[in-house]
Amino acid sequence: MEFVTQHSFLVVSLIKIAIVLFVVMTALAYLTWFERKVVARIQSRWGPYWVGPHGLLQPLADGIKFLFKEDVVPPTADKVAYLLAPFLALALALTTLALIPIGPASIGVLGQQTQLVISHSPVALILLFAISSIGVYGVALAGWSSNSKYPLLGGLRSSAQMISYEVSLTLSVVGVLLLAGSFDFYNIVDHQAGHWYHFFPRWEIIPQFLGFICYLTAAIAETNRVPFDLPEAETELVAGFHTEYSAFKFAMFFMAEYANMITVSCLATLLFLGGWLSFFPSYENPGWRWQLYLPAAGLIIGGIALIIGGLRSVQWNAKAVFPVLGIVCIGVGYLCTLTGPSHPVAEVIQGPFWFIGKVFFLLFFYVWARGTLPRFRYDQLMSFGWKFLLPLSLINLVGTSIFVVFGWHP
Amino acid sequence: MSVAMVVFIVCGALAILGAIGLILAREPVHSALSLVLVMVALAVLYLMLGAAFIAAIQILVYAGAIMVLFVFVIMLLNAGVEVRTNVSRIAFWVGLPLAVLFLAEMVYSLSRHYAASGALASAGAVAGPVPASTEELSMKIFTDFVLPFELTSILILIAILGALVLAKKEAS
Repeated sequence: MEFVTQHSFLVVSLIKIAIVLFVVMTALAYLTWFERKVVARIQSRWGPYWVGPHGLLQPLADGIKFLFKEDVVPPTADKVAYLLAPFLALALALTTLALIPIGPASIGVLGQQTQLVISHSPVALILLFAISSIGVYGVALAGWSSNSKYPLLGGLRSSAQMISYEVSLTLSVVGVLLLAGSFDFYNIVDHQAGHWYHFFPRWEIIPQFLGFICYLTAAIAETNRVPFDLPEAETELVAGFHTEYSAFKFAMFFMAEYANMITVSCLATLLFLGGWLSFFPSYENPGWRWQLYLPAAGLIIGGIALIIGGLRSVQWNAKAVFPVLGIVCIGVGYLCTLTGPSHPVAEVIQGPFWFIGKVFFLLFFYVWARGTLPRFRYDQLMSFGWKFLLPLSLINLVGTSIFVVFGWHP
Repeated sequence: MSVAMVVFIVCGALAILGAIGLILAREPVHSALSLVLVMVALAVLYLMLGAAFIAAIQILVYAGAIMVLFVFVIMLLNAGVEVRTNVSRIAFWVGLPLAVLFLAEMVYSLSRHYAASGALASAGAVAGPVPASTEELSMKIFTDFVLPFELTSILILIAILGALVLAKKEAS
């Protein structure tokens, strides 16, 4: 116990890391389920359906399957790099999440006020880009070390793609930095507080719309997602850089891709969509306190939908499980309203509520893009990145700096 | 031993191991990876000195951009295992003594410094006045060191133009 009080910062950080890791791992698993369900709906299919009600246990089944599959290592592979690559990819993808704050509040744990972020750095944004920039090694090494044709081609393609689009990604963000004047996420989000004409939130997406478009496009390419998923173009390259990976090493690449998706969505939320700020004027203003009930209302409505959907389902397990889940949701929501709007808990969850909502919307956008757009050809991808996206983000940068120098920025 | 000291020793050891690996590895990709390890370990040391911006830029530019291009080129050319020759004469008669001299110099000056300051434990905070924040750093770059800064950017621009010219000749 003495150790805990002496090193309270260390202990609190470890607790936060454990919580974030658990939440993110669960989110990763269910992101795959969510993606398959949404794409299935777009293509008029059912998607995963039979493992658990509406396939809800499918991620678990997949994980267990990956754990128990035979782990084939090609005999000609470069062992060190071959083993290092998936670890590097997943570890770096998860590390970036340590820099993402999810709310403005600070909570007291073990007699210490702690913020809703694992590591608060004044140069958080550059650190984040730095960590994600070494993520390329995972892909490049996987391609090279497999010592096989298709992985090498896939690795070369995807590292070229990631290097190219990283330039546009970084440049598209500089506009926001110029307006906010800080690398610190807290300052960047604070700069977006307030409303124009008491209605339009002052999020950077409005003055930086061009930058937002560039960022979103580059981010999709950076995470190797459709329509820029050239490294995994199965008609040409089998499975790209991870062709020779099986069992859990393959799953690690898979998880890294989804973790990167979450990271870039969080970053887009913080930089362009006002982070944890509410769409409406702050709840501290008179007449806007009802926002504090929004998370509870969401839970109750979701619970009712679960009960109705569950009872109407043809699956017996959905009929049994969903109403129970729905009742739990309603119960938690009701408990939230019981504490009243002035309770600190209601104010603390306000930030994460908006933040996670926005991130969720962006993730949905990702899946939506995957279900809608066809894949680019490789030369189209490269010329699009260098000849269109890069000049566009440069124009945005020059335009924004002119505005800032002459003091026209809002 | 404080947490900072542990991190310092681990990162220092990693940097030295990476440097040794860089020279001893026979596979070019392993050498490149060892160099990345050195750079990342150095970046952590910068971070401990309070220079977070420099640390991030170190990783972003050196490990994340330059070394990625190195690895990319090695992969593209499919460079094989390097061939060992006996140490060249120049390296043996000039390089080796210079290396020994440099090492001795470094050990001497460092040991004198610690004798003066009296504590190895302060290894994490001996670097004197470091421009810690990004604001201070950018103020320095754009006031005191504006000429070298601009000259460097012109140099890089010339290098880019040179690369473009060379690439274009090959295409036509």
